[in-house]
Amino acid sequence: MFHSYLVNSLKFHKDRCINCKRCIEVCPHGVFSAGESHVELVHQARCMECGACALNCPVQAIEVESGVGCAWAMIRAALRGRDMDSGECSCGGDAGSCCGIE
Amino acid sequence: METSCCCSCSEQKISCSCSIFQTDSHITTANRIDHLLARWGYKRSGHTVRPGLYRLGNPDADSPVFASANYTISFDILRSNLKGFDAYILVLDTKGINVWCAAGKGTFGTDELVKKIESTGLSHIVSHRKIIVPQLGAPGISAHEVKRRSGFTVEYGPVRAADIPEYMKTGKATSEMRQVFFPIQDRLVLIPIELVHVAIPTIIISIILWFLAGPLAAFAAITAVITGTVLFPIFLPYLPTHDFSMKGFILGGLSAVPFSAMYAQSSDLPEWALAAGAIVPLLIIPAVVAYLGLNFTGSTPYTSRTGVKKEIFKYVPIMAAMTGIGTIIGISLCIFRLAGVI
Ligand code: SF4
Ligand code: SF4
Repeated sequence: MFHSYLVNSLKFHKDRCINCKRCIEVCPHGVFSAGESHVELVHQARCMECGACALNCPVQAIEVESGVGCAWAMIRAALRGRDMDSGECSCGGDAGSCCGIE
Repeated sequence: METSCCCSCSEQKISCSCSIFQTDSHITTANRIDHLLARWGYKRSGHTVRPGLYRLGNPDADSPVFASANYTISFDILRSNLKGFDAYILVLDTKGINVWCAAGKGTFGTDELVKKIESTGLSHIVSHRKIIVPQLGAPGISAHEVKRRSGFTVEYGPVRAADIPEYMKTGKATSEMRQVFFPIQDRLVLIPIELVHVAIPTIIISIILWFLAGPLAAFAAITAVITGTVLFPIFLPYLPTHDFSMKGFILGGLSAVPFSAMYAQSSDLPEWALAAGAIVPLLIIPAVVAYLGLNFTGSTPYTSRTGVKKEIFKYVPIMAAMTGIGTIIGISLCIFRLAGVI
């Protein structure tokens, strides 16, 4: 009901996977776990769409529309009549909000 | 930091930018002041370290190389956790932004890493071909691309620099070290910047409310903002539901109750006016807190863009309606009072 994060854009093509386990290494949320002949997508809903796995997969077995989940940037873009996805996270900018990790 | 330029060009035959700086693991008072100013948002893009290669301790050709961002806090956390190690730190030019945010933007990225490996002549300085990149830099780095273009193998270090000594000992990051958590200390450091963002509008609105509707209304406005920017991050994991907006509605609702009760018992107004007035804080405060809570998504390390977008469509109209209705009731009561109706 009050869970908007169950569905996301992460797609895993297990037929392409060569089981190098890079995705397990880079994912900060344990979305993938080790398997017999290929990794397993075990926690889809935990994915934050950072894109690390897709960028580091040597055989493009993972697809994800990566982007920063920042409401502030998206609302600002929408208010200016631009596409919400064009709203760039402005952390580090002089007026920007900032993500939590150093 | 950056004290002496230790140029080891003698070992190199070809072009070299001669920019090897010396650093250590010591965090000075000046560093701490800089971190504090950064946390409070003073000159956001002014907390930079010079990009390039740094020697930490007394490294030789076999010493490990760590990549970092040129944001002072990122660099300082790394070097302070490398106490006792002899290593190189390759600082990428991320325009003064931390590793994680810069990776999201792509400034901490494959291109910049390859460029810095080349411009510093790293391959002439170390004999191995391995570079340890913080795991949270992975959204900007394509390890196999870096390998192909520079010959260097990217090894992703642990999420937290504090785990580096352990990682160096065992040569492996445990799954625990690979996970991002969002503990209270990480949430607390974000509060100052959240407060700075909303301070000026809040002060202005409070002053206006003071004159229009009295001190209670001004105090309610300040409470709503403090609830959304200070209490929300603190109580985040304990608030029910997953959606940030819903968490905000709940927390805002709780903080609105005292104001509603105080108003209801306040003056000698007719009962219907007291009832109407008591509804105002219950409408506006939760909406404001929910909005501030929703905006906190950008500061957390786990909300997906798809989910946040869904939240915006689902809850922003409700927030707008609540604020709108609450404002209309509030203004009507003001007018009635001025007109002497009540
Ligand atoms: S990175 Fe790609 S190929 Fe490697 S294990 Fe993950 S999905 Fe499979
Ligand atoms: S996009 Fe990020 S969070 Fe999602 S599975 Fe890939 S690495 Fe994990």
